[in-house]
Amino acid sequence: MAEVATRHPPGSHPDLPPPTMEVGALGWMRRNLFSSPLNTVLTLVGLYLLYLIVPPLLEWAVFQANWGPGTSRAACTKPGACWTMIRARFGLLMYGFYPVDQRWRVDLTFILQFAAMAALLIERIPGKRYWAVFLFLIYPVVGFILLYGGLGLPVVETSRWGGLMLTLVLSTTGIVASLPIGVLLALGRRSALPVVRMLSIAFIEFVRGVPLISILFMASVVFPLFLPEGMNFDKLLRAIVGITLFSAAYIAEVIRGGLQAIPKGQYEGAMSLGLNYWKMNLLIILPQALRISIPGIVNSFIGLFMDTTLVLIVGQIELLGMAQSSARDPNWLGTINTALAFVSVVYFTFCFSMSRYSQYLERKLQRGHRR
Amino acid sequence: MKVSDEVMIQMDGVHKWYGQFHVLKDINLTVHKGERIVICGPSGSGKSTLIRCINRLEEHQKGKIIVDNVELGHDVKNIELIRREVGMVFQHFNLFPHLTVLQNLTLAPIWVRKMPRAQAEEAAMLYLKRVRIPEQAGKYPGQLSGGQQQRVAIARSLCMNPKIMLFDEPTSALDPEMIKEVLDVMIELAQSGMTMICVTHEMGFARTVANRVIFMDQGEIIEQNEPMAFFNNPQSERTKLFLSQILHH
Repeated sequence: MAEVATRHPPGSHPDLPPPTMEVGALGWMRRNLFSSPLNTVLTLVGLYLLYLIVPPLLEWAVFQANWGPGTSRAACTKPGACWTMIRARFGLLMYGFYPVDQRWRVDLTFILQFAAMAALLIERIPGKRYWAVFLFLIYPVVGFILLYGGLGLPVVETSRWGGLMLTLVLSTTGIVASLPIGVLLALGRRSALPVVRMLSIAFIEFVRGVPLISILFMASVVFPLFLPEGMNFDKLLRAIVGITLFSAAYIAEVIRGGLQAIPKGQYEGAMSLGLNYWKMNLLIILPQALRISIPGIVNSFIGLFMDTTLVLIVGQIELLGMAQSSARDPNWLGTINTALAFVSVVYFTFCFSMSRYSQYLERKLQRGHRR
Repeated sequence: MKVSDEVMIQMDGVHKWYGQFHVLKDINLTVHKGERIVICGPSGSGKSTLIRCINRLEEHQKGKIIVDNVELGHDVKNIELIRREVGMVFQHFNLFPHLTVLQNLTLAPIWVRKMPRAQAEEAAMLYLKRVRIPEQAGKYPGQLSGGQQQRVAIARSLCMNPKIMLFDEPTSALDPEMIKEVLDVMIELAQSGMTMICVTHEMGFARTVANRVIFMDQGEIIEQNEPMAFFNNPQSERTKLFLSQILHH
């Protein structure tokens, strides 16, 4: 470099600006896309693959697709996706066999849920404590009465629930219930009390060693055999319990990883101040351990969301099941691709939102105690 | 500073083992109210273990420890009772990184002493002034220097209004230029009449404030005396060797 070396007497060196780097779009491209011969080749291959995939996909899903209304496959004349089927079956896909004149109850339930969740998750909205009380204590009762019936609302048996609504009921109850259970299991596995520790380990290892499908089967087929005559739990409730416990075992291990990352000094600092076991964990250890575990926890949540599709095998028809059975309808034969594409978009939307929110949460919590 | 006759800590024939390893051997120690004790000795001599037994961060297996008239045993209630009255400052500060300095200070008063938040914050600010960093109240520990963090840790213990303060090598993890600011705070605390037990190699501190220096080696109390006599006229060979090594550096 042919820079003129400017000398400064000791103690009077000014703060200089850093060397100018290549900035702007071209600089970014050079750094990120064409920084080496290999990188250049990879960039070109990637572009070629996009060229191969994207235009036909758009052609199928948008330009050559059938958007109009209709009552059978015959209405879909263009070669692309048959969105007509989704339009015709939209009610079924969203609500299952929930009675049409009662579907406002489902709408209201989820409007309430999403409003309360938004209020709780968006930082600017005040009164977090009241929203949390509403969402975790009042809403479950309200939601149950709205969906199932009671207090003057006609009862809608859970066997008539289905479609996206069922997916959301399964996944939200599963998520909300499995996190606290997972936390307790993780603490139990590290407990100093041998009985608590052994029970936690046994539960976690048993559940992790068995596929979800077999747990659901056991819950719906085997479990009732042990119950006394006439006593019966709702099938959906059993499925929810199965999914929750399954997910809790995985979450427990994720959180245990977080707990192990907390230095011993944090426990000693908390104990030396006279905090008891629960206060120490709730105020000092868990806030830090959960923050570390966010990526893993959200990973488990997304897994749980996907796993709700497995209730199909115990006879509950959620979104994917409903889409498949719609495409199997004699009127709509040959629309399975469209059905799967629609389901994928819905699943992606929910899972991607969870993932984005978790990234936002990580950044927000990071801000607090950067070093 | 006058030392009262009231006994704060009484250790009788205390033994402790880590597995097969005998870390504390027949420790007998009486600490009176207002006493400032410095414990020194080579690393691995059991000095940290000894003071950690006083608030039961370590469990002793034999003997008797009575702190503030409460005997330490397996009773969890007693342990929590004692920990409320015994503050501890650690080598690595052990501040809570997810809480601000002020929250670090008010946490225990609010949750353990059930103090109203406003009152706890007022007290916390008072102690932050005493350790000379009130302006850092809103920051997170990670944004402070080591010396500042250790002063926050001292203030955090003081917020519980303890009867006894334990210091476990409070300056060992600090850069040399920060040691003095922490020692100054400790000297001030000693002059206010606090009962203190301090594991440290800061012999200047021992000379200034201690009224007893204890030398430990291999799990035993080898020698104890008042600082003048301890430094000028050590009795055992082991003590002489240790002092010659740390004083001539």
